[in-house]
This record gives sequence, structure tokens and C-alpha cells, in this order.
Amino acid sequence: MISWRGFLKRFFSDPVAIGSGIVLLILVLMAVFAPLIAPQNPYDLMQLDIMDSDLPPSWRDGGDPRFWLGTDTQGRGVFSTIMHGTGISLLIGIGAVIVQGILGVTLGLWAGYKGGWVDSFLMRLADIQMSLSTLMIAIIALALFQAAFDANIYSDYAIFMLILIIGIAEWPKFARTVRSSVLGEKNKEYVDAARVIGLPARKVMWGHILPNTLTPVLVISTIQVAEAIMTEAALSFLGLGMPTDKPSLGSLIRSGFEFIFSGSWWITLYPAIVLVALVLALNLLGDWLRDVLNPKLRRGDD
Amino acid sequence: MTHSINDPIVETRGLEMRFSLPTHFLSRKKPVLHALSGVDIQIQKGETFCVVGESGCGKTTLGRAIMGLLTPSSGEIYFRGERIDTMDEAERKPIRADMQMVFQNPYASLNPRRNVFQTLAEPIRYLMPEKSGADVRAQVEAVLDATGCDQSWQRKLPHEFSGGQRQRIAIARALVTNPAFIVADEPISALDVSIQAQILNLLNDLQDERGLTYMFITHDLSVVEHFGDRVAVMYLGQVMELATTDAIYRDPKHPYTQLLLAAIPRLEGGSFDAPREPGELPDPVNPPPGCPFAPRCPIAQNICRSERPLLRELETSGTMAACHFAE
Amino acid sequence: MALLDVTDLHVAFPRGKKGEVEALRGVDLTLEKGQRLGVVGESGAGKSMLAFAILNLIADPGRVTQGSVTFDGQNLLELSERQIRRIRGNRISMIFQDPMVTLNPVLTIGKQMIETLKAHRSISTREARRLSIEKLNLVAIPSAASRMDAYPHELSGGLRQRVVIAIALLTDPELIIADEPTTALDVTIQAEIMSLILRLCRDNDVALILITHDLGVVAEVTERLMIMYAGKCVETGRTRDIIDAPKHPYAVGLLKALPQNSAKGAKLYQIPGSMPPITNLPTGCPYHPRCERSTDKCRAAMPPLEHGVACFHPMHENGARDDAEAAQ
Repeated sequence: MISWRGFLKRFFSDPVAIGSGIVLLILVLMAVFAPLIAPQNPYDLMQLDIMDSDLPPSWRDGGDPRFWLGTDTQGRGVFSTIMHGTGISLLIGIGAVIVQGILGVTLGLWAGYKGGWVDSFLMRLADIQMSLSTLMIAIIALALFQAAFDANIYSDYAIFMLILIIGIAEWPKFARTVRSSVLGEKNKEYVDAARVIGLPARKVMWGHILPNTLTPVLVISTIQVAEAIMTEAALSFLGLGMPTDKPSLGSLIRSGFEFIFSGSWWITLYPAIVLVALVLALNLLGDWLRDVLNPKLRRGDD
Repeated sequence: MTHSINDPIVETRGLEMRFSLPTHFLSRKKPVLHALSGVDIQIQKGETFCVVGESGCGKTTLGRAIMGLLTPSSGEIYFRGERIDTMDEAERKPIRADMQMVFQNPYASLNPRRNVFQTLAEPIRYLMPEKSGADVRAQVEAVLDATGCDQSWQRKLPHEFSGGQRQRIAIARALVTNPAFIVADEPISALDVSIQAQILNLLNDLQDERGLTYMFITHDLSVVEHFGDRVAVMYLGQVMELATTDAIYRDPKHPYTQLLLAAIPRLEGGSFDAPREPGELPDPVNPPPGCPFAPRCPIAQNICRSERPLLRELETSGTMAACHFAE
Repeated sequence: MALLDVTDLHVAFPRGKKGEVEALRGVDLTLEKGQRLGVVGESGAGKSMLAFAILNLIADPGRVTQGSVTFDGQNLLELSERQIRRIRGNRISMIFQDPMVTLNPVLTIGKQMIETLKAHRSISTREARRLSIEKLNLVAIPSAASRMDAYPHELSGGLRQRVVIAIALLTDPELIIADEPTTALDVTIQAEIMSLILRLCRDNDVALILITHDLGVVAEVTERLMIMYAGKCVETGRTRDIIDAPKHPYAVGLLKALPQNSAKGAKLYQIPGSMPPITNLPTGCPYHPRCERSTDKCRAAMPPLEHGVACFHPMHENGARDDAEAAQ
């Protein structure tokens, strides 16, 4: 274990950690305050003007100082859409990880503590699910969903569907991590001491064992947020994710990709850079957390 | 000792504990480990009942079965005359406050994320829900005083303490509900020599003040001699000899007890000069048919290899021994 | 000339940016040929550190900062890795608490023994095998020849430790360093192993450094005794003398605290408090906060080791024995 002071000291003595921390902080602040600070609200049709479409970045010939990174074919400022899109991507990433975490931690805790057939059943289920790729499950589910409902309903509920599908598809990672920590903890004497008092299994699991297994959960959460954002971007790029009128970073890249050969490269490039920066920062931060909190995990599979 | 012999606080009758070992799911053999086979003990109120033996003898299993951490395969366990091994959690809850346990490893027996107050308050809050917050605080303070812990420890986490201090906290946790009976499973073997005496004295003082009954599980016979009233010597899941401490040290009847006593290193020296036969514990999955000690026993005869001797009272001394030839 | 002569040995570990903490703070030790020495102390007293320092095995980032270890006229701390390998595992053998430190789990016992022998002697495999079986017989391993093909995990803890002793004896060493060799074993197995080590050393004139926390074991096995506290030797001398009449208050306390030294049912003598961590030592004598004989003098300065005891106010002051001086 490590104290808060030691933790901060380690953080501020590691340039990689500081760097990714700053990048992440900027992107998160940008996303959270997008409605207040974005130069334009890209969802407000009143603010859009078809005459502004396809403008290059402001420093290039034909650029408009109102649109720093240029505009897309509907006249939305790329910079403003990125600010809002980052928010949607982060929302889906974090939401999916919360779903994964709740499912995975509960099932992993249960499997590890109960053992026996409960454990065998849940872990085989996890194996099966891990052997199917997340993207494949998501494509099937979203394609059905899109076919079943009309476009308006789809665009209203797409964000929840993405969170749910990515969340459900990735629970085994949390479940396995938690289960293996629980197996290590449950034979320690403090658990016996709690059982000697007669505490019910529920209280022993949640009150005593879980708090001692949260370190690795914190580590994989960070990395899983990055992974969920990537999955969402991939789905959106395939046209199965966020609709273009509520674009995430992935749908922005997709909508610009059609025009990349007609010269409007900025519509795709800038969201892509932001996506890469966001995912990279999260991954680096996750790796750093893992090294600080539990160097033993480095040899693990995830 | 003044307690009446007919009023045991804890009693086991024919206690058996079998664990099936994990196997390949296709294998036909189902190996079973016999951790306890037919253990009958009676612990009298107010005494220190020691259970001695080497690793694998079942002494910890016995303690954990009495505390309800393990469910016996067969046999009965009684606490103050009530059968407890078949009780469900709701029936057992009122008894929990009267039975507590101190564990071997003070580095593992305290939850690393809970401060001392949280650790000590939990048993009261769960087992005595009628207590108010002020009562809980008062009780925690009282038990900290009784176990020689400082009140300033309440808000600290376990990693801030040394092994001896942690064991004091673990003892305080066992005492916080004012139990009558405590199972102490090797409570000093993980501690440094100079700390062991502190903890033994503490346990002794607490017994005098509160009239506690101890079941003291240990491998260290020199501690038993000082600390115990009666001793059960266990080997491979069976009680080999059961007697008062004095009788065991003065006149051990069972050859295994004799071997154990001869193995204690003495400050006077000289007892390690003679060569010793290498002895190994038999495989507990396939125990020998007769006396489990027969393969190591210097006086074993054919009957020992075929027939398991039962624990019987010897006429001469009142010692109980499970040996065909003890007298 | 003494077989082993350790003078003023210091071992330090870095702490923080520039600081260092000393795990050994100046230890002297002399061992004659065939002599058996017990090193006793609580965890953190530096007794294992001493064993590792003697073999020049202190792992990074720790290092020996001062002192010398002279074995048969050579300072082991100045030898190259190549030169010291000719001594370590050959003329000086080690037995650790966990047999699996010595045994390789994927090789048979026989292969490990033969390889050890061939690394130090130029002999044929057949001859090495014969010698190995001979040593396994010496440590009373039943059916030794067939055990040569066994893997370590097929043996019980007691047998494994016997194999480790057989390996330690393979090269006919002059000195064996045993670090808590029986702590993980049961009482009856401990008695077997210790009695084996005792007889092997005595019969073959092998010197022994036995590191343990158990005064009973030391009394049974060793002739000389050194008691360590917080990285220092606080008392040294003949085992018998120290056990019968300890001089340092810490040694007195340790012995008085043993249950066998106190009447049944009586309160045990207890040393208050616990040993300070090496990162936070008190001034002067490290034992003074726990000592009932301590005075201002003890708080101010570390008492030197004189007449076998490092204390300004030793017990049995007039009983300073001749051999206690000889130990210096």
C-alpha cells in the first residue's frame, strides 16, 4: 500500500505521468465545459450556416478566423465538434467501465468467495465471452437495434446502447482480476475473524474482502476506459455507433473520412489526433498506476 | 482447580473432519484427507486446555471446527450443553459473542484497510445491536485498556504497528464482546522471543481477571508446560494422550508424547548428542490401518499395525492414552 | 590462526536521496577450526545480514561499507567473483531456512549433487555419484541410492532439509553457515536435523555458524554464542557461560523470559517494548529504552564490547571470565 503523499510524490517525479495527466486534464476540462466555452454550438441548427461549410483551418488560405480548425460539410466548426465529441466519447467510455465494473466486480467477488460450481460456471462463461471479440458482439447487437427501431429512437438511445453493450461485453476482465485477488485475500485470517463474529457472506465479501481488492480494479479501470473509447470509435466509424448529429470522436472521423480525398483532410485529422492523445494518455496513466500500486501485476496478462 | 468435571464449557463427541481433495474430473479415485478422526475432548470452565501437535495433526482444524469456521463431517460439538454444529446462523448468533478466536499471524488477522476502532467496534455492532454509539465507544476504550493498548491507537491502521502490538489488538478484538471461551491458535509463534512473554502474560492476566476459558493451540511444549492446565497431544487427526500438564511432563505415557518431549531443545544442553531416527508423518490421505504412530514407534508390535488403539483411561494415573501398551 | 576472522563489519543500505541506514554496525567475530558458534537475535537484529556479509553476498543496493572478513588468511571482501566462488559453496557451505533456496525444483537430487561436486572437483560422474550417495547416507536418508532420482517436491520438508545438508557436506567444507535451518520444521524434525548437524560438525571437525532465534537450540548445539541487538553484538562468549550467567541486560531478559525458566503459573519476566527499527535507533546504547539498568551514560554513548559484553552496567560484573577476554 502507498500513502497519498507517497503517491503524489511519485506522480510529480515522473515526467510521463505528469505529461499524460496534463493531456487528460485538458481534454476532460475541454469536454466538460464545452457548452460554455465552445465558440459555437454545433447541435444548434440556428447557429449553422451552409455558407460556412468546408472551410479550411484559419491559418490556411480561405480560412475563417471564427473556425480555428476549419468546418465540416454542414458548416459545423471542427474545433467545437471535437470539444463536444470528446465529451460524448468520455461519457461512453466511463459509462461502459462503470457497467463493466459493477458486473465484473460483483460476479468476480461472488465467484472467488463461493468457489465450487458457482466459480466454475462464471469463469467458463467469462472464457466464452472473452473468446468472442467485443467488436463482433457489439456489431451484431447494434445492427439488430438499428434495424429494429427507426432513426429517431436510435439516435436518442444510441448512447445508452453503446454503454450497455460495451459494458456487458467486457465484464470478464474485471471479474477475473477481482476473482484472483479475492482468492488471495479470502484465506487470510482477517476474513476468518470476520466469519467468527458470524458476519453473513454478503458483509464479509463487500465489507472486508472487496476494499482489499480494489487496487487492481483501479488500474484496469483506467485502461478499460481507453479501450471502451476505442471500441466506441471503431463502432461509430463503421456507422453503428453515435449518429452524425450527436457525433463522438469516432463518428467525426467517419464523417470526415468521406471527404478526405476531396481535400478536406482537417475534418478527419483533428478528431483523430484528439482520439489518439486521449487513448494514449489514459493508457500511459494506467500503466503508471499499475507500476506504482502493484509492481507484481506487470507480469500479469492484462 | 475448582471447576466441576461434569460441566464442560466445550465438548466434542466423535468429531470427524474429512476433506475431499481436488482431482481430475475423469479420475475415479476420490482421495479423502482425514483431518480429524474421532476426537472427543471436554474443556472445563476456567481452564487452559492446550492442544499440542506437529503440523498436519489436526489441531488447527479442531479449533476452527469448534468456532464454526468448518463444518464437521460427522460428530457433535457442544457449547455449554447446547449442540452448536447443527445450528444455523440465526440460532448461533447469540452464542457468537461468547466464543472468540485469536489467530496465529497478526500480520494477516487484521484487515489492513480498517483502523483499530473500526476493527474493534464491528463485533459489538453486529453481535450486540442494542448498544448505542456511546456504549460501543466506551466498550472499545475499556478493552484497549485491558489489553495494554494505548487509546491513541484507535484511529491508526494496522501497518503502523509492530507484530506484538498487532497481536494485542487482535486479542482486544476477541475480548471486546466479553466472551467466556477463546480459541487461541498459535498466538505467539509468529512473534519475536522478547514479545512472546508479553503476550503470554497478557493472556494469563486476562484469564485471571475475567475467568476466561482458553483452548490454546500450539506446537511449543515449553509454553504448554508453563501455561496449560490440561493437554491433548494430537497426531494425524487423533488425540494420542490427554492429561493434566503435570502428568504429561512428569510421566508421559504415549510414545509419541515421549518423542515430542525429547525433542524440546534444553538450555542445559546434551539431549541432541544421540542420533535420532528420521521420522515422517504418514500420508493423511492413506493413513496406516492401525495406530497412526506405529511406523515411527520404537515399541510397536503387530497389533499396532492392524488395530487402532482407542483413547482409554489408564488405571494408574488418570491419564488418557491411545496406545495398546501404555499403562 | 583463526579459521574466520571478522573485524568491524558494517553493512549499509541507501535510504531516501542521500542517506544510508546501517543494518550491521561494526561486528567482530572469531571462529577457530571446528568451532560451533551460535548467533542469536530477534528479527531485524542483523543476524542474517551477518551471514550474507561473510559470504560477500549482500545484494544491491546494500553494501559492506567497512571492515574485513578473513577466511584462512584471505579477505573475502576483496576477492573477485571468480576467486570467491572457489570458496563459497566449496570451503564454506550454506544451509538456509527454506530448502528450496538451495534445491532446483526441476532437477533431480542426484543431478544437483553431482553437478555441485563436479563444479568444485575434477572427478568422474561415477565417482561423484558414489560420493553423493555416501553423503545422503551420512545424513540418514532412507534408501539413499533411489532418492538420487527423486525431484525435490517428492520429498517431505524434513527430508529436503537433510538433502540440503548433504549438499552442504559434499565438498567437505571447513565452515558451514546455517541460517535458521529448522525454523520451518516441526519440533521432532528440528531435533533430528539439529542433532545431525551437531554430530556431523563435531565428528568431521567442521566449524559452524548457526543463526537462530532459539536459545534452546543454541544451548544444545554450539560452544560459543553471540547475541545481537539492532545490528550490534551485545554479548559474546562461551555458550554455557552466557546461558548460566548472562551479563548484558538484554541477554538476561531473553533468558528470564523463557517459560522454562519460570515457575508454573507465575508471571513471566517480560522485556518491555520492542526492538527499534534500524531506521530509527535511539542514541547511545540501542537497548537503553527497554533496559531497567540504564542510566544517563547509556543514553549518551554506545558502550564498547569489553570482556564479551557491550554494557556500562553488566550483571555479574565481577565474574568476567578469562575466555570472555579471549573472545576479543
